Amino acid sequence: MTSPVLAIPKLKKSNRRPEMATQWQLMWWKFKKHHMALVGMIMLSLLVFSAVFAEILSPEIPTERNNKYLASGPMGIHFFDSEWNFHLRPFVYSRSTKRDPVTLRKIAVVDETKLWPIEFFVTGSPYKFWGLVETDIHFFGAKGGFVHLFGTDSLGRDVFSRSLYATRISLSVGLVGVTFAFILGAIIGGIAGYFGGIIDNLIMRLIEFIRSIPTLPLWLALSAALPREWSSLQVYLAITVILAMIGWTHLARTVRSKLLALREEDFTVAARLSGCTDMRIILRHLLPAFMSYMIVDVTIAFPEILLAETSLSFLGLGLREPAESWGVLLFAAQNVRSISHMPWLLIPGLFIIVAVLAFNFVGDGMRDAADPYSK
Amino acid sequence: MSRLLRVTDIKVHFPVGKTGILGRPANYLKAVDGVSFDIQRGETLGLVGESGSGKTTLGRAILRALEPTSGEIVYEQDGNSIDIMGLNRNGLRKIWRNMQMIFQDPYASLNPRMTVQDIISEPLLANKLAKGKDLNDQVVDMAQRCGLNTGHLSRFPHAFSGGQRQRIAIARALILHPEFIVCDEAVSALDVSIQAQILNLLKDLQVELNLTYLFIAHDLAAVAYACDRVAVMYLGQIVEIASTEKLYYSPRHPYTEALMSAIPEANPEQVMQPVFLTGERPSPTNPPAGCRFHTRCKYATDECRTQVPALREITEGHFVACLHSEGLSLKGALEHGKG
Repeated sequence: MTSPVLAIPKLKKSNRRPEMATQWQLMWWKFKKHHMALVGMIMLSLLVFSAVFAEILSPEIPTERNNKYLASGPMGIHFFDSEWNFHLRPFVYSRSTKRDPVTLRKIAVVDETKLWPIEFFVTGSPYKFWGLVETDIHFFGAKGGFVHLFGTDSLGRDVFSRSLYATRISLSVGLVGVTFAFILGAIIGGIAGYFGGIIDNLIMRLIEFIRSIPTLPLWLALSAALPREWSSLQVYLAITVILAMIGWTHLARTVRSKLLALREEDFTVAARLSGCTDMRIILRHLLPAFMSYMIVDVTIAFPEILLAETSLSFLGLGLREPAESWGVLLFAAQNVRSISHMPWLLIPGLFIIVAVLAFNFVGDGMRDAADPYSK
Repeated sequence: MSRLLRVTDIKVHFPVGKTGILGRPANYLKAVDGVSFDIQRGETLGLVGESGSGKTTLGRAILRALEPTSGEIVYEQDGNSIDIMGLNRNGLRKIWRNMQMIFQDPYASLNPRMTVQDIISEPLLANKLAKGKDLNDQVVDMAQRCGLNTGHLSRFPHAFSGGQRQRIAIARALILHPEFIVCDEAVSALDVSIQAQILNLLKDLQVELNLTYLFIAHDLAAVAYACDRVAVMYLGQIVEIASTEKLYYSPRHPYTEALMSAIPEANPEQVMQPVFLTGERPSPTNPPAGCRFHTRCKYATDECRTQVPALREITEGHFVACLHSEGLSLKGALEHGKG
């Protein structure tokens, strides 16, 4: 009788040393198991990348008007021409301008006889990268003509370029808003949680009051109070502050509840007995323990602020032209006429959806990873 | 032996329930209700009692890790008497260099975000007592004394077993070279074999570093092994204090008798006949009048229901809070078997 051969499972080779791993390493290992969160992370990285390099990536500058291609649809990029010849270099069909015999409006029509090849790192309209370096290099462009991936608006501005620029503004509004909210929330929630008692009671009632105010009318009232003559930069800053004023409440609650719980932990008592001052206990022992939860909260607060900015701008009370944000771009797609004639103006809305979904996925993964010590 | 610590009539009352929105507490939970005792330098005083009798609260209140409601705690240091209740925040930080605590749950008492090295050096850093190489040397030295592998100091607590974690906690408590340690159920969360190791470690360190322990536990065997004297708590009060031998073999309080009868014997053939207490332990929110134990005491008389027994010395060093202790003949530990 032969003895059964026991299959010894091959140990996966790994240079992980869990016993030496910091909290952040453990969190990253756990986060990686969450596939949707990873996808969200990649999408976010793409968005951030395009926000950072918006000027280079966009073929036009956003204020540039193309009189030959007013209010016209997206131009497709092709590899095969009308005779099915393959072109290694992608191209767009050239456009020529005609008059509509009925409305007498200028319209652009596809001219399949001429091809405009797409080239990379072409020279185009000059711009200042981040307002610092003057250059005229664009990542791509059509030689001999123009390329509008997402079409143009009624003034002939490139929707694709404007979307990229808007990504920068919208993401940074979210970032600045979340940072403000984070600081406010951490300080106010920290005071409530650490001192407790009457102070805690007052702050919590205040938060409940703020949260009970319907948000949209409140934003409207606050932004209506902004002087009309302010420049778009001033308005931009004011809007982020307004959004942060409301966004901090949730963070403050998280901080408070975590502090209240951690204050009673044995290791906090041990730290106190070790002679740590209150400040040292908070900064060295408590803060690292709830930092991860705060980051989760921030990723979840981000889309809220993003959507708030979009709603405000969409209603015409947030950012205004010439500043671009996703909300400002959608503002142009407000009436039925423009949607029916120019449905491509809704494309910036896709950016919002992608960003919000990505943030939510990442937040989800972070929540799972936030406490790597739980099994 | 000289006295190290004197606790007089210490009380810890927690408010429970509220009347109205901002009203006063409806009642108080009297976790510790008038406890007095002395601890001599170099001894180990055991503190036993069932769950909820106020042992842990008392241990924390002595260090003022938890604020006592009233009472007096006097600590003797270099011939000076220090009134711990009168200390402010800074005074406390200073006295805590001499008084430390080892916690019950080594999983909760170590910050999971800090390496062992950081955990052990934290008291030195917080008190600004050492830095650089000196700090490192002290930490390595203490880790070695506590039986830790010094090659593992850069690891995080989650990589250690319960016993090793408790060694880390001990190293942290001892790094400032304190004189007095409150061991709050320091071994009850551990396996029996590990318990023995930790108990022996504590004993060795006591001799080496001249330590005094308040050893809180509910495991009577561990207490018998570790302690010179033992105090028995019931419902927030001490009912009996005596040397370990006297308390175990000739208890003078009916509650101690019941506790001792519950110690199992290492003989499987022996039939146990523990003294069963009837009824529930009364709530510490509404303790019974008179002797607190009268509701469950089989020797109780009418006197016990009205008269509060004071803790009195009946033989030298043997204090009992029972009105009838002279008249009772109580059985000690290991006397409850048949035959």
